Amino acid sequence: MSGVHVTTTVNGDAVEFVCPPNEPLLDVLRNRLGLTGAKEGCGTGDCGACSVTVDDRLVCSCLVLGAEVEGRSVSTVEGMADGADLHPLQSKFIEHAALQCGICTPGFLVAAKALLDRNDDPSETEIRYALAGNLCRCTGYDKIVRAVDDAAKDIRKAKAKAATKTAKAKAKKAAAK
Amino acid sequence: MRYEAPTTTKEAANLLAKAKGKAFVLAGGTDLLVRMKAGMLEPDLVVDIKRIPATRKVTKTASGFTIGASVSGAELGENKAVKKAWPGVVEATELIGSDQVQGRCTMVGNLCNASPAADSVPAMIAAGAKAAIVGPKGKRSVAVEKIVTGPGKTSLKKGEMIESISLPKGGAKIGDAYLRFIPRTEMDIAVCSAAVCLELGAKNVIKKATVVLGAVAPTAVTVPAAAKAIIGTKLDDDALDALAAACEAACNPIDDKRGTIEFRTEVAAVLARRAAKIAFERAGGK
Amino acid sequence: MSDNNQNTNFTNQEFKVVGSRPERPDGIDKVTGRALYGADTYAPGQLVGAILRSPHAHAKIKSIDTSKAEKLKGVKAVLTSKDLPDLVGGAGPNYDILVNCMARDRALYDGHAVAAVAAIDENTARKALKLIKVDYKILPHVTDVDEARKPNAPIVQPGTRTANVEPAPTKDSNIAARNQFGHGDVDEGFKQADVIIEKTYKTEQTHQGYIEPHACLASVGPDGSGELWVTTQGHYTFRTVCSTLLGLDIAKLKVTSSEIGGGFGGKTHVWMEPVALGLSRKANRPVKVVMSREEVFRASGPTASTSMDIKIGATRDGRITAATADLRYQGGPFPGMWGLLGAMTSFACYNLPNVKTVAWDILVNRPKVAAYRAPSAPMAAFGVESTMDLVADAIGMSPVDFRMLNAAREGTRASYGPTYGPIGILPTLEAVKNHPHMTAPLGPNQGRGMACGFWFNFGGQTATDLNISTDGTVNLTIGTVDVGGSRASMSLIAAEELGISYDEIKCNIGDTNSLGHNDTTEGSRGTFSSGMATIFAARQAIDVMRERAAQKWEIPVEEVEWKDGEAHAVGVHHSNLIPLSLKEIAKASPRTGGPIAGHNETVADNAGVSFASHICDVEVDPETGSTRVIRYTVVQDAGKAIHPQYVEGQFQGAAAQGIGWALNEEYIYGEDGRLQNAGFLDYRIPVCSDLPFIDTKILEIPNPDHPYGVRGVGETSIVPPLAAIGSAVSNAVGVRMDHVPMSPPRIRAALKAQAASEKAVSAG
Repeated sequence: MSGVHVTTTVNGDAVEFVCPPNEPLLDVLRNRLGLTGAKEGCGTGDCGACSVTVDDRLVCSCLVLGAEVEGRSVSTVEGMADGADLHPLQSKFIEHAALQCGICTPGFLVAAKALLDRNDDPSETEIRYALAGNLCRCTGYDKIVRAVDDAAKDIRKAKAKAATKTAKAKAKKAAAK
Repeated sequence: MRYEAPTTTKEAANLLAKAKGKAFVLAGGTDLLVRMKAGMLEPDLVVDIKRIPATRKVTKTASGFTIGASVSGAELGENKAVKKAWPGVVEATELIGSDQVQGRCTMVGNLCNASPAADSVPAMIAAGAKAAIVGPKGKRSVAVEKIVTGPGKTSLKKGEMIESISLPKGGAKIGDAYLRFIPRTEMDIAVCSAAVCLELGAKNVIKKATVVLGAVAPTAVTVPAAAKAIIGTKLDDDALDALAAACEAACNPIDDKRGTIEFRTEVAAVLARRAAKIAFERAGGK
Repeated sequence: MSDNNQNTNFTNQEFKVVGSRPERPDGIDKVTGRALYGADTYAPGQLVGAILRSPHAHAKIKSIDTSKAEKLKGVKAVLTSKDLPDLVGGAGPNYDILVNCMARDRALYDGHAVAAVAAIDENTARKALKLIKVDYKILPHVTDVDEARKPNAPIVQPGTRTANVEPAPTKDSNIAARNQFGHGDVDEGFKQADVIIEKTYKTEQTHQGYIEPHACLASVGPDGSGELWVTTQGHYTFRTVCSTLLGLDIAKLKVTSSEIGGGFGGKTHVWMEPVALGLSRKANRPVKVVMSREEVFRASGPTASTSMDIKIGATRDGRITAATADLRYQGGPFPGMWGLLGAMTSFACYNLPNVKTVAWDILVNRPKVAAYRAPSAPMAAFGVESTMDLVADAIGMSPVDFRMLNAAREGTRASYGPTYGPIGILPTLEAVKNHPHMTAPLGPNQGRGMACGFWFNFGGQTATDLNISTDGTVNLTIGTVDVGGSRASMSLIAAEELGISYDEIKCNIGDTNSLGHNDTTEGSRGTFSSGMATIFAARQAIDVMRERAAQKWEIPVEEVEWKDGEAHAVGVHHSNLIPLSLKEIAKASPRTGGPIAGHNETVADNAGVSFASHICDVEVDPETGSTRVIRYTVVQDAGKAIHPQYVEGQFQGAAAQGIGWALNEEYIYGEDGRLQNAGFLDYRIPVCSDLPFIDTKILEIPNPDHPYGVRGVGETSIVPPLAAIGSAVSNAVGVRMDHVPMSPPRIRAALKAQAASEKAVSAG
C-alpha cells in the first residue's frame, strides 16, 4: 500500500503528512502529528472521544480517512485555547468538575464548542442531544451539562460586552463626526 | 488499497467500472470505515465522491428537489426548503447517528449500505424519492424502493453510483412523518420504524397515502393495505386500527440482539399509527 | 437548572480546607489534550502488537501454525502460550491469569487470546494475524448461569469439584464453590412471619464500559529488566503479576500508571499486558498493544450474570422475621469471589434476627469476570430490594417506613458476620423520607421507586511520600491512581495537615520504582487509604519541622507545636520566639539537617461501610415498553467528603451506571456462544439525552477509624438503581420486573402477560 501525500491545515497551521490510504484521520493526528488529544474509544463512531471538526463540521476522526483532509481545515482540542487563555468551555469543565477520568473530555469539549458556535443559548435538552454522540462513563453527564450551560452564559456575556463596546465606539465615532 | 478523489461523476464511474478487485464509493464513510476497521471489508479502491460538485449540493428544481449524494445529514437539516416540504424525510435523515455522524452521513450512503434498519429509506420511499444513477452506460433514474434488494445488497451494477436523490415538490396538502423505535434516546439502530406520507383531498379526507415499515423485513416494506385502510378517511380510530392491523400483517422480522419478532411487529404498528397522525396533521388535517 | 446539593454535616471536627471545592490540579492537562493516557505515549523503535482471538466459545486447540506470519516482512515477534511457560505451578489464581492471557490447550470463550504478533505497523500486524492458522476442535459450550448448573451441562473446567460442600463431590461440575453467611434460625423465623414473599430474579452480564480501552507500552531487555506504561488501577499489582508470570525480578520491572480513562474495577486485572511484555522480550523492542473496543467487550472482564431466589418473611407490623437468599453468580471460565461477595452484601442493610445467604460460583464459557464497582452487590440488591417492596406492599406499609423499621444500626450484627459501628443507613432513609422528591407529583405512566445499597469499602497496603522543597512547596507522591480527581483530594488533605495553601501542594502518582507496594485502587480505597497515609506522612514531616524549629530556638521539641502552617513555641516563657513558618523552615533546611520529608507505609484497616438510598422516577410508554428516568436522587453517607464536588461526581456516575444496567445494558450471546454486541452501538450505555440531572445529598457520618472520618464513596451508589428503577416501573405500569435489564421487549412482554392473566381472571 503506497502512502498518500496530504497537505492540510490543523489548528490553523499548515501541515503535510504521508499516510496509508486506509488510515483514519484519528491515527494520523495521534501517530503522525503527535496530537494525542483526540482519543480512540471505539473506532466506530459510537463514543465521540475522537471528535474534531473538519471545515468547521463536527465529525468523528475515526470515521474520516487521513487522505480525505487534503486542503481542508482540521481543528482539535489542542487548538481550543487561545495561547494561555483557555476557552470558556475548558475553564468551566474544570470549575464544575465536569471531568473525572478525563478520557472523554477532549471529545466533549470539541462537540460542545461546535454546539455553542451555532447556538450560544441552548436549552438543557438541546445540550443533551447535541452531546449524545459523546459517551462519558464517569459523570452521569450532570456536571458536563451544567458546565456547558455555564460556558454558554459566559460566551453570551462576552458577546454582549463586545457588542456594547462596538456600539459605543461607533457612537463615539459618529459623535466625533 | 488505492484512494481516489475524482472531481466529476463520469470520472468516478469510470474508476469504479475499471477497478480490479473490490471498489467502494466513499461519501460520508460512516458505514464503510466501520467495516474497514472491523476487517469485514478490505477495499482495493475507494472512490471519494465529495470533491464532485454535483454531489455536494441541494437544488430546487421545477419538479421538486435534488439532493447530492455527498450532502451530509447536517447539511440537509440546514436546508429550510427541503425541511418544509419533506419534514419526515429530513427528520429521518437527521436520526442517523450523532451530531458527529450527521456531519458525514448521507441519504445515499444510508440507501446503498442497504441495511434493513436504514432510517432515511422508508421515509424516502414514502415520499416517492428517485435515485439518479450514473454508470458507464450513462444516467438512469430509479425509484428508491428498487435500489435495495436485500440486507447489504443493491441493484446497482458494477461501475454504477448514485449521484443524487430527487424528491417531488410536496405541497400544502401533503404531509410526511417518520418514527423509529430505539431503546435509548440516541445512538441506536432502529429496532423497527415506520414512515407515512399522505395527501389530503376535499374536506381533509385522505386522498393518497404510502405506508412504509423499516427493520421488519430484509428490506423496507411498503404496505399498500395500510395505505388503503386510511385512504378515504379522516384518520379516525377505526382507520388507525385497520392501518395497525395491516402493518402487523406485513411484518416479517427476525429475532436478534436488537429486538424480538413479537416486539418488532407490535411496535412497528404502534409507530405507523403515530406517524400517520403526525403526517395527517402536517398535511393540514384535523 | 436546579441544584439542591446541600450537605448534611454530622462531623464536629473543624476543617480549614478539607470539604472545600478547589479546581483539580490536573485540570488544565485534561482539558487541553495534554494528559497522557495508556495509548498516548511512544518509545523509539516501538512495534505494534496485536492479538489473535478465538472465534469459538469452547474449543480444543489442536495446533497453531505461525510459520507464515513469522515470515511476513515487518513481523518481529510471534507469540503463543509456548512463549509463556507455566512458572506458577499449574493451578491457582496466577495460573488462571496466565491461561486467560493466552489460551493453552483450550480456548475457553469467544475472544480468548490464542496468539499474538509484534510488527512494524498496524497494517502488517493485522496481515500477520490472518496468516496464523489455528486448528480447533470445537467443544460443547455453555454460557448461561442456570444452564451451566444442570447435571449434563458441558464441563468448562474438567477437574472442578464444588468447594465448601460436605461431603466433597465426586463428580466434575461447573459449580466451583459454595459460600454461606448468616445467623439465627431461618426456619423458625419464617414460622413467626405473617407474610412471606419468595421470588426468583435474573440479571444479565454487564461491562464497566470505561471509555479508554486497555492499552500499554511494554519494553523488556535481554537482561530481564523492563518497563511497562499502562492504564491500570493498580500498577504495583500489575508489576507483581507480570513479573511472576514472566519470571522477572519484581524490582526490575518498572510499571508506570498512565492517566487512566476509567476503570470501575475492570482495570484491576491484567489482560494483555503480560503478552505485550512477552512480545517485547522476544523482539527486544518496545511493543505497544491497544485493545479495540470489540476486544474490550470480548476479552476483558465484565461482571457476573446471575440468577437468585430471595425469600423474606415479616410480621404484620413490619418486623422482618427471617430472610434467605440463594445466589448463582457466573465468573466466566475461572473461579472467583463473585458469589461470595453477593452472599455477604445481600442483606447488609438490615437488622435481621434470622438470615441465611448461600452463594454458588458457576463456571461458563464467557470472559473471565472482573470487579465492577461494588462487585456482586447490585444484583443481590436487585432481588432483595424488589422483594422488600413486595413485602411492604403485602403488609400495607410504605417502602421507606418498612426499611426504616428494619434498618441496621450501630450494634447490629451484620448478615455477613461483623457487628456494625456507627453507620449511615437510617440517616439516608430519613433523608429520603423527608426529601421533596418523595412527594413531588407524578404524571400518567410515571412511577416512583426507592431502594437501598451497601458496600464494604476496603483499605489495604499503602505507601506515601511527602517531600518539602526549599521554597516551601510540597511534592506529595501517592501510589493509588487518580481515577476521578483524587489528586485534588490528596492535596486538600496535605494542605489541611501542613497548614499551607492547596496550591502549594503538587500531588504525583508514583511509579513502582518510587514507592513501596500499594494495593490496587479498588474497593473505594483511594481517598481512604492514601488519604490516611498522607495524613501520617504529613505529620511525620511536621515532626521534622518541629525538630528544626526546636534546634534553632534551642528548646526541647516537646515545647514546639505546629499550628496553621507554623512552628510555635509553647508557653509564656517562649513568648519572645516568633513563630517559624513552613517556608522559613524549608528555606533553612539545607543548613539545618537537609531535606525535610515524611513518609508512611501502612495497612489501612477499617475502611468503614457505606450505605446509600436512592429515589427514582420513571415514565414508561406502555405501547413500546420504553422507559425513561425522569428524576433521580442519590443520598449516600460519605463519612467525610474531602472534595464534595468529586464525591457528588462519584454518586452521579455510579447511579448512571446502575441506570444503564437496569434498563438496557447486557451481554447478548448467540446459540453459537459468540458475543453478539461487542461494541458501543449495541451494548447500550446511557447517553447524555437518556438521563436527567442526578441530584445528590451527601451525608457525613464519620468513620471512627479514619482521622477525618472518611469512608469510601466510589461504589455504593451503583447498588440501589436496579431495584429503585424496578419499583418505579412497577408503580408506573403495574408490572414487577424480575429480569434485568428491563429492556423495552421485556417490559412489553411483562405488560402483555399481565393483561392476559387479568383477562383470564375476569373471564374466569
